[in-house]
Amino acid sequence: MNQRVWSFLVPLLSVIVALIIASFVILMIGKNPITAYAALVRGALGSKMAIASTIVKTTPLILTGLAVGFGFRAGLFNIGAEGQMIMGAMAATAFAINVGWMPAVLAIPLTMLVGMLAGAGYASIAGFLKAKTGAHEVVTTIMLNWIADYFSSYVVTVPMGVGFGTPKSPEIASSAKLPPLMVVQATELTSGIIVAVLAAVFIKILLDKTSKGYELKAAGFNPYAAEYGGIKLAENIVLAMAISGALAGLAGTLEVMGVHHRFLGTLSGGKGFDGISIALIGQNNPIGIIFAALLMGALRNGSNEMQFVGVPKHIIMIVQAIIIFLVAADRIVRTIFLRKKVAK
Amino acid sequence: MEKAVEMIQIVKRFPQVVANDHVDLTVLKGEIHAIVGENGAGKTTLMNQLYGLLKPDSGEIRIFGKKVNFKGPRDAILMGIGMVHQHFMLVNNLTVAENVVLGSEAGIGPLFDLKSARKKVSELSKRYGLHVDVDAKIEDLPVGMQQRVEILKVLYRGAEILILDEPTAVLTPQETEELFETMFRLRENGKTIIFISHKLNEVMRVSDRITVMRQGKVTGVLNKSETDPRQIARLMVGRDVVFTVEKTPARPNGVVLKVENLHVKDYRNLEAVKGVSFEVRAGEIYAIAGVAGNGQTELVEALTGLRKPVSGRVYFLGKDITHATPRELREMGMGHIPEDRHKYGLILQFPAYYNVILGRHHRPPFANGEFLCHSKILSFAENLLSRFDVRPNNVRMLGANFSGGNQQKLVIAREIGLEPKLMVVSQPTRGLDVGATEFVHKTLIQLRDSGVAILLVSMELDEVLSLADRIAVMYNGQIMGEVEPNAVSIEEIGLMMAGHRLEEIRGRVA
Repeated sequence: MNQRVWSFLVPLLSVIVALIIASFVILMIGKNPITAYAALVRGALGSKMAIASTIVKTTPLILTGLAVGFGFRAGLFNIGAEGQMIMGAMAATAFAINVGWMPAVLAIPLTMLVGMLAGAGYASIAGFLKAKTGAHEVVTTIMLNWIADYFSSYVVTVPMGVGFGTPKSPEIASSAKLPPLMVVQATELTSGIIVAVLAAVFIKILLDKTSKGYELKAAGFNPYAAEYGGIKLAENIVLAMAISGALAGLAGTLEVMGVHHRFLGTLSGGKGFDGISIALIGQNNPIGIIFAALLMGALRNGSNEMQFVGVPKHIIMIVQAIIIFLVAADRIVRTIFLRKKVAK
Repeated sequence: MEKAVEMIQIVKRFPQVVANDHVDLTVLKGEIHAIVGENGAGKTTLMNQLYGLLKPDSGEIRIFGKKVNFKGPRDAILMGIGMVHQHFMLVNNLTVAENVVLGSEAGIGPLFDLKSARKKVSELSKRYGLHVDVDAKIEDLPVGMQQRVEILKVLYRGAEILILDEPTAVLTPQETEELFETMFRLRENGKTIIFISHKLNEVMRVSDRITVMRQGKVTGVLNKSETDPRQIARLMVGRDVVFTVEKTPARPNGVVLKVENLHVKDYRNLEAVKGVSFEVRAGEIYAIAGVAGNGQTELVEALTGLRKPVSGRVYFLGKDITHATPRELREMGMGHIPEDRHKYGLILQFPAYYNVILGRHHRPPFANGEFLCHSKILSFAENLLSRFDVRPNNVRMLGANFSGGNQQKLVIAREIGLEPKLMVVSQPTRGLDVGATEFVHKTLIQLRDSGVAILLVSMELDEVLSLADRIAVMYNGQIMGEVEPNAVSIEEIGLMMAGHRLEEIRGRVA
């Protein structure tokens, strides 16, 4: 079968199969799956507000998905999107609190830049360690995640903390807030989604149209041949990690600029890790990742409505797990098939 | 005469290909039966079915007249079939005796009776003249000895029919000769041997009968006494093959590559190249022969910028390139056809048009600033694929989907497309069939005649002898001697490959 059609079909079929399997689980807990799924769809897409809220949830997922997916294309498994997102958001917040004097045309892009640089710098630590010492990025990024987590807890309780309850920073200057595209009751549909989609297009062009993208992919597929072809592996590793980290940092920054308008201790909430499954479902293709993130965002958002008809929203976790399992299984099947062909 | 093996109308299909298409094979008891064919002709598939590793889709297998239906190798072993694989399956830090009995150890309960194992193994080795020290550790033995241990292992399990899968690929000429002696002795003892090979001179030397395969079918069953290599080659390839590489004497010019006392360490940080010096001139093919694993790989990696030498100097057209990067070397005009085209030569997941610009992807005409010029890349690739007759002529096909020969053509096309002044060529015909080998050889001679300096590293002695203008033999990281191909005997080269210096050999002879 055509590779392109297949890449598109597998995630789609996986979603359908996952929903069918989950419907048995819903039956087993004595609920009607049709009612549950109707609520899911209503909650995700049923109203203007539902759609707006789905898009808000989708925005950071596109970026963390891109962060992980881009890393994969360059042969790196960046598990650190979570930590890079936190560092990006935190740096962006620290900057954006202090830019009240700046006009929005300056404050908005500069805040984004700061967030991206922070994410990039943080991810580069892992890239640098891999390039210089061979330390595996999976290990180092996991450790860096914890460092970012605890460091941010400290920052929002002591130097930057305000108020009681959830640790949080002061609000950012209004000139650094992203203008909403539309406002439905309390839900603001931020313009962050535009930035996220543009980022995906940028990554797509970088990977497919530039000689740097050629090098990154070559190093990802076969580092030996890449080195033979005069590509500097160490440089590429650091660069790929930095770009990946910038995307994750941007995810956190947009959450600050468009949604919370401040840094919260719970801001990342596992979205960095969701990036891994989204990259997988989107088959590491930037455009595929947009749709995968949308799917994930819709499921998450719709699951609240499901809760109202008495079906636990954690069912969605089961659906998500099955989708990932099926997409990954396809990879396994194809890898085995490909290896057989090569071995022959 | 009794039939040891009968395979009747065997069909085996794989998703993309019919590997065995109604194949008949009859092997008589007590004969050495060669199966020859190009890579992908279906030899290995056929043998894997005989050894129980694969199940035929249809057809019948009979062993000594009895119909069998193997579920796995264990069944095949019980019926007296043994296989010596190309890659040895020995435990390096156990002794010969321990390795031979491994898997079928004698003893009481869980206790291993080493004494009786040693006795049995040395009896066996005496009976078949497979002399080997039963107490030696595998890691201390040369490759030829290790192969004997593999054969002993198979005999210990009671094999009557031995399958030898390309057994000479890893041996020196002397070791090959000893293997043939062993095969003859086994035949005298009534054993049946199936010998898989694509080296026709060896087939002609040892076999009684020959089954030739091509594209999954049997194209001929011949008696050795009634055939010649030309006929076998025609049946293998489907057309006439030119054996001798036609070439005129070299007209070498100035020195292009000069290596001075080079020392290189391998990935384990052990010294693999121990002070090598030589020169390659424009318009000549300088070959480095030797058994695999004697430092050739590390030498090539050091020369091509993939590995940092420890000490010594390398000059390319007078410029010191000891520490140059692969990119600098390519820009200066050094082409490199690497020994492992899957590891170094190609990015299998890239389409052909990306593969043929590897190394030049970053500069005009393929890149304009930061952006790739896809239209120029495509037209360049289309041109190159036609010029080198790469099949299928489809620039969008992934590297992985080309056959081995065509993958090699892609690599060669790319490197010649550089218009290099020096071409470092390593194992250029490894795993290639007769037709593709012929093409590669012709191309290298043409390149030489156009004035390019060629450094050829090859484990195939025939290749070295037919292509080289000068030959150096490498052993244990050092050059044992430098000779001209028409002023040396195979025996002398063989002795050098086994670690004797040329002066030492010639001194002894004289």
